Amino acid sequence: MEHIRTPKVEQVRLLERFSNKSTSGTLHLTATHLIFVESNNAATTAAQEIWILHHHIASVEKLSLTTSGCPLVIQCRNFRVVHFVVQRERDCHDIYSSLLRLLRPVSYDELYAFSYNPKQNEQQREEGWQLIDLGAEFERMGVPCDRWQLTDVNRDYKICETYPRDLYVPITASKPIIVGSSKFRSKGRFPVLTYFYQEKKAAVCRCSQPLSGFSARCLEDESMLQAISKANHNSRFVYVMDTRPKLNAMANRAAGKGYENEDNYSNIRFQFVGIENIHVMRTSLQKLLEVVGSRFLSVNDYLLGLESCGWLRHVKAVVDAAIFLTKAVTVEGASVLVHCSDGWDRTAQVCSLGALLMDPYYRTIKGFMVLIEKDWISFGHKFADRCDQLDGDPKEVSPVFTQFLECVWQLTEQFPQAFEFSEWLLLQIHEHVHSCQYGNFLANNQRLREELQLGDRTHSLWAFLLREQQNYLNPAYCPTYADAHPVLEPSTLPCHFKFWRNMYHQFDRSMHPRQSVLKNVLTLKESNCQLEDTIKDLETVSTCIKSNQILFVSHTWLADVNASVAKCFNLANNSKTTVLYTQRHRQDTVDGSSTVYTYEMSM
Amino acid sequence: MEFAELIKTPRVDGVVLRRPFLPTVEGTLCLTGHHLILSSRQDNTEELWLLHANIDAIEKRFVGSLGTIIVKCKDLRVIQLDIPGMEECLNIASSIEVLSTLDSVSLMYPLFYRPMFQVIEDGWKSFLPEDAFKDLESMTEEWRLSDVNKDYSVCSSYPPLVAVPKDVDDDTLRKAAAFRHGGRFPVLSYYHKKNGMVMMRSGQPLTGTNGRRCKEDEKLINATLRAGKRGYIIDTRTVSVAQQAKARGGGFESEANYPQWRRIHKAIERSSILQESLIKLVEACNDQSHSMDRWLSKLEASNWQTHVKEILTSACLAAQCIDREGASVLVHGTEGTDSTLQVTSLAQIILDPACRTIQGFQALVEREWLQAGHPFQQRCSQSAYSNSKPRCEAPVFLLFLDCVWQILRQFPCSFQFSQHFLVLLFEHTYASQFGTFMGNSASERSKLNLSQKTVSLWSWVNRPQEVERLSNPLYEANCLVIWPSVAPQSLLLWEGVFLRWKRSSRCLDEAYDEMVHIIQYNKELQNKVNNLRRQLAQLETEEPLLQTP
Repeated sequence: MEHIRTPKVEQVRLLERFSNKSTSGTLHLTATHLIFVESNNAATTAAQEIWILHHHIASVEKLSLTTSGCPLVIQCRNFRVVHFVVQRERDCHDIYSSLLRLLRPVSYDELYAFSYNPKQNEQQREEGWQLIDLGAEFERMGVPCDRWQLTDVNRDYKICETYPRDLYVPITASKPIIVGSSKFRSKGRFPVLTYFYQEKKAAVCRCSQPLSGFSARCLEDESMLQAISKANHNSRFVYVMDTRPKLNAMANRAAGKGYENEDNYSNIRFQFVGIENIHVMRTSLQKLLEVVGSRFLSVNDYLLGLESCGWLRHVKAVVDAAIFLTKAVTVEGASVLVHCSDGWDRTAQVCSLGALLMDPYYRTIKGFMVLIEKDWISFGHKFADRCDQLDGDPKEVSPVFTQFLECVWQLTEQFPQAFEFSEWLLLQIHEHVHSCQYGNFLANNQRLREELQLGDRTHSLWAFLLREQQNYLNPAYCPTYADAHPVLEPSTLPCHFKFWRNMYHQFDRSMHPRQSVLKNVLTLKESNCQLEDTIKDLETVSTCIKSNQILFVSHTWLADVNASVAKCFNLANNSKTTVLYTQRHRQDTVDGSSTVYTYEMSM
Repeated sequence: MEFAELIKTPRVDGVVLRRPFLPTVEGTLCLTGHHLILSSRQDNTEELWLLHANIDAIEKRFVGSLGTIIVKCKDLRVIQLDIPGMEECLNIASSIEVLSTLDSVSLMYPLFYRPMFQVIEDGWKSFLPEDAFKDLESMTEEWRLSDVNKDYSVCSSYPPLVAVPKDVDDDTLRKAAAFRHGGRFPVLSYYHKKNGMVMMRSGQPLTGTNGRRCKEDEKLINATLRAGKRGYIIDTRTVSVAQQAKARGGGFESEANYPQWRRIHKAIERSSILQESLIKLVEACNDQSHSMDRWLSKLEASNWQTHVKEILTSACLAAQCIDREGASVLVHGTEGTDSTLQVTSLAQIILDPACRTIQGFQALVEREWLQAGHPFQQRCSQSAYSNSKPRCEAPVFLLFLDCVWQILRQFPCSFQFSQHFLVLLFEHTYASQFGTFMGNSASERSKLNLSQKTVSLWSWVNRPQEVERLSNPLYEANCLVIWPSVAPQSLLLWEGVFLRWKRSSRCLDEAYDEMVHIIQYNKELQNKVNNLRRQLAQLETEEPLLQTP
C-alpha cells in the first residue's frame, strides 16, 4: 500500500475508444486493482464499473495536458485500452506514478496469487491442485509400455532444470545415452516423449537444438534418435522438425548451436517449417494492435494492416506445422522429433496443436487443461518471462501462448462441433495467464514453482474453471463427432484464417454483435436440462397421485415442486397419508461434470 | 421447337461430373432447352439439374479424345464435366454457350416452368401497393396514392401507383418528374411511425450547368417537412461526382433553392466499379494459393468490403437522420435505381422491425427494389465469371443482401429469417424458374404479362415447409431500432456466398442443425411441462375427497 499516494480521484472522465462518447466517474486505486466507478447520474441503469488488475496493465502513459484535463492512457495485456481524463494534473501524476510502481512487481511474493483468497477451505484448495495428473495422462496414452518407459534421471532436476521431474524415453535409451544427449542439447533439453499415438505406436518427441555448430557431433545424441526411431516399427525413419526458418537455424551454427546433420544421424528425415522467433511475433502483434486500435479505420487500411503486420501469416505457419506433424504421425505412422532453439516456444506450440488435432480428448475442457499443463507448464514454457510477470527484460516478452490460443480458436471456427469448449474458455485462460491470480502460470518452470511452493500458497485456475465450466461449454459440441473424425484435417487456405475480434477487441463492446448466438443457445441448453428435471419431478408426482400415494395436490405444485413437497409433507401428516415424497437430493460430482438426483420415498 | 436446332448432341453416356467436396458421379448427360441434366440412373444418387441461365461461362480442355468442360455458374459454383469423345464435347460446349446466353425474353425458362407444388397464395398478388398504402393510411393522413403514372408515361421505371404528399396534385408531379432523372420524381419510401418522419427517394435533379430550378419539385419535397423543420438530402455520390454530373445535365439540389434542406454526400460507387469489385473478390476467393499475404492483398484490392461499409454507413446515416434527428430525408444518386435503393431499403431494415420478418422482407424487396424499378435483368445477366464485356451488370442487389447479412450477423435474434433466405434471393436474381426478377421495371413485367404467364418466387417461398426452412430458430421479435457496427473489424466476408463452394460446409451445417435441435427441443420440453401441469391440475379436480388447506 505504500505505493499508493492518492487512493481516490473524483470526476474522472472515461473516453470511449472508438467514438466520441465519454462517461464520468470516480477512480479508485487499491493494492491490487484500479477501479473506475461510473457516477450514477441516470437512475435507469446500473453504474458501470471497470476493474483493472495491476498485473494486467502493460503500460501507462500520461499525455500532455489538455483544456479538459490530464489524459492517462492505460494499455492492458488482455487488450483492454482505457483512456481517462483526470481534472487535476497532480492527481493524474499521483495515479500515474503509483501505477508505474505497482505494475512492475520485482518479486514473486508481490503477485496477486499470493494474496488472492477466494472463499475456499484448505481441502478444496488442495483438491484443486490434484485435478490434473500428468502421470495418469501418459497412462491414458498407453505409456509406459513395451517401448517407452518413465525415467528418473531428472528426479532432482539435475539433468535439465527446465524439464519436469518425470520424463518418458525409449526403453533402449540408457542413462549414459540420456546424459550424453542432454549435454549436446541447448539447456540440456534432450529428446523426450510428449505424445504417444497409440494406434500406430508413433511418438511425438520434443527437445532443443543440438549444439552441433558447423561440425560437432555426439554419438549419444545420435543413439538417442536411433532409439526413438527403433521404438516405432511402423516407420524406418523418424522426422526431425526444426520449427525455425532455415536461415535462423543456420545462423545459430556460428554460436555453436544449429540443427541435425542428416549424414550423422541414420534414419532421420530433417525438415524446416519456418515459424518466426519470439521477437518477430512480439513486433507483429504490436503492429496488429496499432492497426486495429486506430480510430476511423478504413477497410483498406485494415486489410493492408492485417497483411503487413503478418500476424495471420504467423498463425497459419504454426497451424501448418501442426498439420505436418499430425500427417506424419497419423497417416505415415512415423515418429516425429520437434524442436526449435530452446524447445519451449515454437516447439510447445507445434506439439500441443498437433496433439489437439490428433486426439479428441484434448478437445474437451478437462483434456485441454491437461494439454496446457503438459506441453506448456510442465515442459517449461517461460510464462514469467513471456508474460512479463516480474519487471524483467522486455526482449523476453512475447505472445507465444496467446498465439497458441488463437490457433486453437481458428480450429474451433473450422470445426464447430469438435470442441467441448467455446472461445470463452480460451479468453478466460488468456485472462488468467496474465492476471497472476492463480498459481498455475507463475514462474518459468516446474523447479521454480516447487521452490515457490505454489501448491501450498496459491489456488489452481483449473479448479476454478471446472467449477464454472457451464459458462465455457460449446452448445454445438457433439461428443460422437470424434468417432467419425478422430483426427482433424483443417483447411489451410488463407481465407479460413480470420481476425479474432473477440480476443483483440474483447473490451470494445461497440464492435461486437449486439446479440450472441452462443450465449442464447447455451442458455437454452441449460434450460433444457432444468426442464428435463422438472418433467421428471412432475411425472413422479403425477404417478404418486394416480396410485393414491399422495393425497394432496394443489396449484402450488405446478409452480414450484420443492415448496410443494414441503407443503405436502405437512398436509400428509394431518390427513394420515401413507406415502410421502419427501426430499430430493442434488449431488454434483467433484468436477461438476454431472448432476445426479436421488429421491427418497418414505412410507 | 426451336431449341432443338441449338442442341446438336442431346445425350452423351459415360460423362463424369466432378464437384468440390462431393463424390464424383458418372452418368448420362442430357441437354434440354433450359437444363443441363446429369443422371447416374441409379437409385440414391443425386442428379444434377442445372439451368442454362445459371451458367456464367464455360471452358473446354482436351486430353486425347477426352474432353472436359468446366462450367462456371452465376451462383459462383464451379463444376467439371468429363465427356468422352471430342465431337460430343464440342457439341455440348457450343450448345451450352448458346443456350446460356439467349437474349430473347420469350425463351426464358420462367415462361415454360409449370409449378410442381400447389400454389396456396399467388405471390403476384401478395404485395400490392394498394395494400401497403392501407397500412400507411392507418398511421397518417398526410399522404395519398397517386395514379399519375398509370400508363407509365410520367416515369417508365415507376409503378402505376406511388405515394406522394396529399397537398401535391398530379400536375405538380408531372412537372417535378420532368426535372428529375428518368422522370423519377420524389416519392415516399418509408414512413417512420415513431415520429412521423419520412424517407423519400428520387432520381437526381436535372439542374445542369446553368443551375436550372423547378418550383414544383421544391414544392413537392417541401410539402413533406413539418413547419419550421429542416430535412436532409442524402446524395449517394461524392461531391465531385455530383458536380461532374452537371455537365451531363444532372446535378444536385443547391442550398439557395432548397434552403430548408441540408445536403450530405456519401461515396457509394457506380455499378461498373461494383461489378469489377465482384469479379476481383471471386477471383481472390478462388485462388488456390496458400499465401496469407496474397489472400489479404487480393481481398483488399477487390474493395468489396469497402463497398459494404460505405453502403451500410450511408444507410445508418439516413436512419439516424430520421430516428435520432427527427428529420425527413430524401435519398438519391444519379438514376435513383441502384445506390439509392440500397440506402433506402437498408435504412428500413434498421428502423422497421416489420422488414426483419420473412413476409416483411419480401414486401421490402417488392416495394423498394422490384416496384421501385431496379433493373434486375440488366444487372444480373452476368455474374463474376463471364468473359464477355459487361454492359450494365452490377452486383447492386447482392451488395444489399451482403449488408443485410452483416446486420443479421450482429443481431442474430432479431430477424425472422436465416441467411438461407438471403442466399436463395441471390440465386434467384441471377437464374430462376420464377418470373419475379424478370424484366427491369413494373412496366416491362406488365407488358410481358408475367403475373399470368409465370409463377412468383413468393408463391414458392410462402409455403409452410419453405418458410420453415428459411426461418431463423433464434428469432424473437425485437421492436427496437437496430444500429449495426460498421467498423472494419465488425464486417465479415460473407462465407455463405463467397466461400460456399470452397470448403466442405458439412461441419458448419451440422453445427447449425445441432443448434436448431437444441432450440426445438426446448420448445418441446416447455410444452411437455405445460401439459403435465395441466394434467396435475385436472387430477386435483377429479379428486373431490381432497381439500386444500
